[in-house]
Amino acid sequence: MPTVHDWINNPLAVVDGLFAQSNSSPDWEKKVVEYFKEKLKLNDAHTWVPSLNDVPLYYLKPNSLVKFRCMVQDMFDPEFFMGVYETNDLTSNSKQVKCGKYRDITVGGQVDFNSRNTVTSERQTFYCVPIPGESQWAKESYAGTSQARVVPSTSYVPNRHKRSYEEDDEMDTQPQQMKDVSQGTQSSAESHGNTEPKRQETEAPSHDSSSAHCTSSLDLNFPLPGEKGPACLVKVYEDWDSFKLNDMLEVFGILSADPALRVIADEREASLLLDPTEVTETVEEQRVHSPPASLVPRLHMLYAQPLVHNNPLLPSSAPENDGDHLSSVLGELASVRAELHTYLTHVLMGDSLAAEYLILHLISNVYSRRDVLPLGKFTLNLSGCPHSSPYTEHLYKAIQQLVPSSYRLCMSLHNMNNQRMVPRKDYTANRLVSGTLQLANNTSLFLDETQLEQGQLDATGVRNITALGNLISWQKVDYDFNYHQMEFPCNINVLITSEGRSLLPSDSQVHLRPTLNPPNLEEYLSAVQVAQIPSQLNKYRIYLSVARALNYTISDEITKAVEEDFVEMRKDDPQSMSAEDLHRLLVVARLLSLSHGQNTLSRDGWMKAKQLEALRISRTQQQKSVSGNEP
Amino acid sequence: MSSPSSQSRKRDPPTPASEDPLSPPSQRSRAHDTSTELQPMPTSPAMDTAAQDVSLFSSPMAPRSVLQSEVDVSSPLMYGTPSSRVEGTPRSGIRGTPARQRADLGSVRKAPQVDMHSEPVSESCCHSPIFVLFLQRFLQQFTDPNSREEENAGLDLNEPLYMQKLDEISVVGEPVLNVNCSHIQTFDADLYRQLICYPQEVIPTFDMAVNELFFDRLPDSVLEHQIQVRPYSALKTRNMRALNPEDIDQLITISGMVIRTSQLIPEMQEAFFRCQVCAFNTRVEVDRGRIAEPAVCRNCNTTHSMALVHNRSAFSDKQMIKLQESPEDMPAGQTPHTTVVYAHNDLVDKVQPGDRINITGIYRAAPMRLNPRQSQVKSVYKTHIDVIHFRKTDEKRLHGLDEDGEQKLFTKERVAMLKELAAKPDVYERLSSALAPSIYEHEDIKKGILLQLFGGTRKDFTQTGRGNFRAEINILLCGDPGTSKSQLLQYVYNLVPRGQYTSGKGSSAVGLTAYVMKDPETRQLVLQTGALVLSDNGICCIDEFDKMSDNTRSVLHEVMEQQTLSIAKAGIICQLNARTSVLAAANPVESQWNPKKTTIENIQLPHTLLSRFDLIFLMLDPQDEAYDRRLAHHLVSLYYQSEEQIEEEYLDMAVLKDYIAFARTSVHPRLSEEASQALIEAYVDMRKIGSGRGMVSAYPRQLESLIRLAEAHAKVRFSSKVESIDVEEAKRLHREALKQSATDPRTGFVDISILTTGMSATARKRKEEVAQALKKLIQSKGKTPAMKYQQLFDDLRGQSEAAITKDMFDEALRALADEDYLTVTGKTVRLL
Repeated sequence: MPTVHDWINNPLAVVDGLFAQSNSSPDWEKKVVEYFKEKLKLNDAHTWVPSLNDVPLYYLKPNSLVKFRCMVQDMFDPEFFMGVYETNDLTSNSKQVKCGKYRDITVGGQVDFNSRNTVTSERQTFYCVPIPGESQWAKESYAGTSQARVVPSTSYVPNRHKRSYEEDDEMDTQPQQMKDVSQGTQSSAESHGNTEPKRQETEAPSHDSSSAHCTSSLDLNFPLPGEKGPACLVKVYEDWDSFKLNDMLEVFGILSADPALRVIADEREASLLLDPTEVTETVEEQRVHSPPASLVPRLHMLYAQPLVHNNPLLPSSAPENDGDHLSSVLGELASVRAELHTYLTHVLMGDSLAAEYLILHLISNVYSRRDVLPLGKFTLNLSGCPHSSPYTEHLYKAIQQLVPSSYRLCMSLHNMNNQRMVPRKDYTANRLVSGTLQLANNTSLFLDETQLEQGQLDATGVRNITALGNLISWQKVDYDFNYHQMEFPCNINVLITSEGRSLLPSDSQVHLRPTLNPPNLEEYLSAVQVAQIPSQLNKYRIYLSVARALNYTISDEITKAVEEDFVEMRKDDPQSMSAEDLHRLLVVARLLSLSHGQNTLSRDGWMKAKQLEALRISRTQQQKSVSGNEP
Repeated sequence: MSSPSSQSRKRDPPTPASEDPLSPPSQRSRAHDTSTELQPMPTSPAMDTAAQDVSLFSSPMAPRSVLQSEVDVSSPLMYGTPSSRVEGTPRSGIRGTPARQRADLGSVRKAPQVDMHSEPVSESCCHSPIFVLFLQRFLQQFTDPNSREEENAGLDLNEPLYMQKLDEISVVGEPVLNVNCSHIQTFDADLYRQLICYPQEVIPTFDMAVNELFFDRLPDSVLEHQIQVRPYSALKTRNMRALNPEDIDQLITISGMVIRTSQLIPEMQEAFFRCQVCAFNTRVEVDRGRIAEPAVCRNCNTTHSMALVHNRSAFSDKQMIKLQESPEDMPAGQTPHTTVVYAHNDLVDKVQPGDRINITGIYRAAPMRLNPRQSQVKSVYKTHIDVIHFRKTDEKRLHGLDEDGEQKLFTKERVAMLKELAAKPDVYERLSSALAPSIYEHEDIKKGILLQLFGGTRKDFTQTGRGNFRAEINILLCGDPGTSKSQLLQYVYNLVPRGQYTSGKGSSAVGLTAYVMKDPETRQLVLQTGALVLSDNGICCIDEFDKMSDNTRSVLHEVMEQQTLSIAKAGIICQLNARTSVLAAANPVESQWNPKKTTIENIQLPHTLLSRFDLIFLMLDPQDEAYDRRLAHHLVSLYYQSEEQIEEEYLDMAVLKDYIAFARTSVHPRLSEEASQALIEAYVDMRKIGSGRGMVSAYPRQLESLIRLAEAHAKVRFSSKVESIDVEEAKRLHREALKQSATDPRTGFVDISILTTGMSATARKRKEEVAQALKKLIQSKGKTPAMKYQQLFDDLRGQSEAAITKDMFDEALRALADEDYLTVTGKTVRLL
């Protein structure tokens, strides 16, 4: 058995073997990548590879092959390294040419820097975090499919074990960086008092505070507060330009958690003493770019698969490649849709129209952009949600059960004024400090406006509201680079729940009209959710992901019909049908067709979409006349 | 260590010490010899390996010349090499002028990587007199008749360029010669290649050549130190992303933005040791940041008796600068890269965070040691650039237009392509339809915006006291909500390199202009610029213009006509340039455009501001069937066309961008005779229209607008002359915009006074009539000192044929009150 898994347990041996065979012809690099790609293609071989997402780091063997499902959070500067180097073995006095790829540290003997065989290569480092807001069910399901058998290596378990738990606890209690910093300085102040006499006076403060930071809490820079999981420095050896910020990836790579890297703190101290002019990085930068390997392991990428979605129930490749699977899903699509609709109607307290729109919203997707205009987005505003009741929370739980990743943002005044939503470049530490709006594609963002109260928004609050508005209208977030802003397009499904009309723009507003009035809301809602058996939920999950990825066209004939219809509608009452209304109608028609598994718009589909819109608009207008205070 | 004051650091201390003056060539060759002999003394095994290890990559610290002389100097601070301490005041000639160490070049010891056998330039030949002569020939002969560079202003372009520069050095006394690498390339491609590949060898030789030449020519000049050559613009200016391992130890030029500068680092060049026992002095050169401390005193043989004397060691200045890729150079969806740059000596503190610069320097890499006590090495190199030359790209923005720095380098093919496009008769239509293709129709608006993107020609009338003439075109879009105004603004903002997008609701006067802030680090007052200043030479898009507070709007008055911003805050009084075009969008006050009202009434903006817009467009729903049909077709096609189809149909956004950039920088149309006649006629015609009805229908501002529009149209055609077709189009567009925005809804005539005075001429006339009627009515009532307000209103209504509203009545009362005819107190009207 061990021979089979050699390429998993000791991939570096494979790399070295191929390198030795190559006689320093440069195509060995390709061969290595090919070799691992082939191996991973073999029947489910990729499930044997242990995943950083569900196996704790201290169970994994250093220098073994692991995988990591992640999002690119930040991109560091490219670095030059010794791709090939020569070592002098002092004992045998022989020279050896070695390959430095996929490693952090040179091995064996003195490195001969003057060797003519030295090849300098370039690689890029990405800072990757687990996909933000990944639902519990998705995580569990991914972990369930893994066949990797991980044998904890007993030698250093207890030590690391304890340390790691500490870290986790700390992250729980200090979700935000602000707190971290204050904590850090506090503890440094305390320890300062204790240790000062021992140290030289000039050196003590700086040393103390840095060590306090390093050991107590390292900010792992997750976009969402309260997230857990390993962050990883992924070293990319080729095609790094093809990766973009916020891409979802499944990285297969060689784990490097060499304890030698942990002496970084010592090294810094040493280098400071030796030569202050040589230190090009600030302490903050050091902490960010070379954190302890026990917390942020290095992963040397052999192969990465971009993830179109992170739904574990579907094959990770694009759905077209898997015809059988798709047709089986499409076969029972109608029934699944009906069941899902019933379920959502129950969740929405008997409002079937709102349930219809919620389905459309859940499968919406920015499929293209025309200059600045994103096409296909469908932001839904569910108004009429009761103020400050647990209802929205339950609604979010139901959605969380359906989509692979989601986040609920309570728009309370405190949150709006204090949360950092837009990612910001921190030039001192030279990294992109994440914000709540740094999310992977197709994440469901649940904005809970019912939590908003009267009060004053400060400058941060206004900026946050503007950022949310931009996100909804243009599907982009302007990252703050201090001297300039940089625009990052995104693809996030935004659902707003509010009492009245939301203060944020939305593509469509549906006023909730409950027909059921259960005496105990909470009991009712939990009962509805419990009633869904897992297999049923899985069907819904597959349905939503498949419907979103379907192709869609409009035939010329229907185009004509739609044009006619538009002209006709304008004739009757030009006020009732603007260009914007047509935009929305086309999106609704598209999503409605897709939700029924249809690839093209039919005349019937168009009529249905119109009916749906008419129903919605009449309800909004009624609502207006009832409340009377709407603009 | 006591930090020396920056004042004294700037110059080499004049030293009376005596020493054999060496001529630079021989000194140089000897320096080279000695430096190979004098390996740092091995003190410990770790040190030993370090010396061997790092020699692969030469680091910047190792100085070139070593002179083991024991001169006692009166000055406590030593800067530069000992060779700078030569006999000297008054010094002149090459022998008397001290050479200053070039920390930017680092050690001359060549990297072993360089394979010398295959190269024509080996080290020895590099220093050969023939090579020096060759370089001197370049300096003596090179002329650049077509130079457009700023630095060469005032030089005779037909004379040898660098000889004139040498003369300049002797006048100014700044011993630095900047050499454009592209000049070297045109002179001799081989020399250029050598300079790029072996800057460490070629530049010192260059220094030598220049100094010999200089002192031959001007033997009596006195310089602070010997002239240093600073090459710039190596190869094409490159993107930081394009750097790769092959560039190590080569001369490169990259562009970027400074994001951080460190404090000044005094870097030890030479350590001074004194024996504690016998007071024997010795100097040790710092080699790559390490001092080989002498373990044994050479005089008395005591071990470990040597102590470092800081005050007598020699230091040079060094500063770390972090450079970040400029946002324009970055591929979408990636974060910017940063590079570490070291500045030495007088380049320290030349740049500040936020500056956009081009730097020329030598790219370095050094391996990182994981642990000094271990043999294992982290297999990563630390990279940095030793800067030789800085060039700020936005330096002249405060003073004038820096077209040179901004000019994008287009390839010949690209230029040819653009010119071919310009030659097409329908280029104007093509470009305007390429603008925001997702927005339907509104052809004239798009044309207007297109002209705005090109802008007029800048003219300077400062001599005659008129000041700068505005070349930027301002446009206001108003109309119903939901007519894709914001989308158009977003598009423009994304199209132009220096665009700013703000919303009237969210911006304050301060955010638009500039504010003064205290820098938390330096405690200095810093001027932070706002959107208008940032979009200097660009376009400032302001959405929801009507929601802006009056306070904020008032700032725009100055910007939109004078193109400057005056600031007087917290001790900073200045005038900043804000040569920005304003593209604003406003919604009607009543949420729906009321066709029965004038533009002013609809959007409620002060007419003083409106008259500063060259073009005001209405974006309304036309509400006719054919239009609806086309609109529907356009929208539906958005939803089913594939990406490729879309691209075929329209001009690429990148082409449009380049076209505009090229036209803006290289086309400067002037009015032709015929065009000026046409303009005069057009203006006279406009004035005539109104004079028939007793009102003014055009003001000089309109004429200026016409000129700008005509110039912009000529730019679209890449024409250096404004011709009558340009004027025709300008007239048409201007009329079209006026027709939309300045039509008096009551009469149907175009009335410019709506925009200039806020009220149409007919409205003013009617106001007067009502006032007169009221006066008559009161007079007819005889001598009643007081009347009831309501009574009077009813009477007037009964008497007049036209309907009179309460507003009109109030206005009439006010007019009469202004005449001191009556006063209104509460509900009674009293005659005076």
